[in-house]
Amino acid sequence: MIETTDQHLINAVQAGLPIAARPYAVIGERLGLTEQEVIERLARLRAQGLIKRWGVVVKHRQLGYRANAMIVMDVPDERVSDVGALLSQQACVNLCYQRPRQGEVWPYNLYCMIHGKSREVVLEQWAELRHGCALTGYAYEVLFSRRCFKQRGALYSLRGALPVQPGGGQGQPTFEIHSS
Amino acid sequence: MLAQLQTLHKHLLNDYQQDFPLSPTPYRDIAEQLGVSEDEVLHAFEELSAQRMISRIGPVIAPNSIGSSALVAMAVPEHDLARVAELVSAYPEVNHNYERENRFNLWFVAVADDEPQLNAVIAEIETRSGYTAMTLPMLADYFINLGFEMNLHD
Repeated sequence: MIETTDQHLINAVQAGLPIAARPYAVIGERLGLTEQEVIERLARLRAQGLIKRWGVVVKHRQLGYRANAMIVMDVPDERVSDVGALLSQQACVNLCYQRPRQGEVWPYNLYCMIHGKSREVVLEQWAELRHGCALTGYAYEVLFSRRCFKQRGALYSLRGALPVQPGGGQGQPTFEIHSS
Repeated sequence: MLAQLQTLHKHLLNDYQQDFPLSPTPYRDIAEQLGVSEDEVLHAFEELSAQRMISRIGPVIAPNSIGSSALVAMAVPEHDLARVAELVSAYPEVNHNYERENRFNLWFVAVADDEPQLNAVIAEIETRSGYTAMTLPMLADYFINLGFEMNLHD
């Protein structure tokens, strides 16, 4: 399991790295770590994959990407990882996940997201994907988003961790590309 | 809005989504890579942040590596959707909450310390809203090429 110092570090940085000449030193000061320790710990967490990416998190809606479709598909279990891997390599696909089917109510097991500037473009991209990735035989639904009620990075309230520093994107609608 | 973005801003948006420098002077490193001054980079990031084009520079934590999370879907009658959406959004465990065009019209992501706590939150939402929730945890994450690309010629 993740050690306490790393938990504190993740809590400190999840609101965002300061925009300042020595940002890791600023984070270190808050936690009683040296600048070098902060950098080494973050690099290790990045290498281990616990930090999936470390960088600029853009707000897609602000940037004009307002047509946001979640596409769900019913792909045979034996093919799902191949199709998932293939879809993940397509430039227009932002996310691709496998999730459990829920019987007759929800027979879909593969999810991908396409964010585009217009509905038409997204639907065209989906049509190309269906044909290009040989998905035409599978049931699917396209769920465009209508209203965004809340959107921000996942904030992990780690047990025993220090409170998250104010600032960054908290409380504001933000786009988090990782979603579960 | 997009037309006002300078090439520098677009590079900052595009080039550092995956791996922001982990060095003592990351903004200076970026400045050197892009052939501008450190002050220009700091200023441009402040602008992007102030204009809410970026939410932050920070980590995206691998799903389920810390805590437990799930996508949750609910089918809520239109007349009650605003109430239920507000109820759901108020939970600190909920970080995304969208209306989508489907019979399941409310979709949210919840994250908690562990699975029992996650299930407790979802159960409470069901009780308080009066509607059942379909919980869809992630089984596999195929995504490789994260991130958005801004067209530099827009």
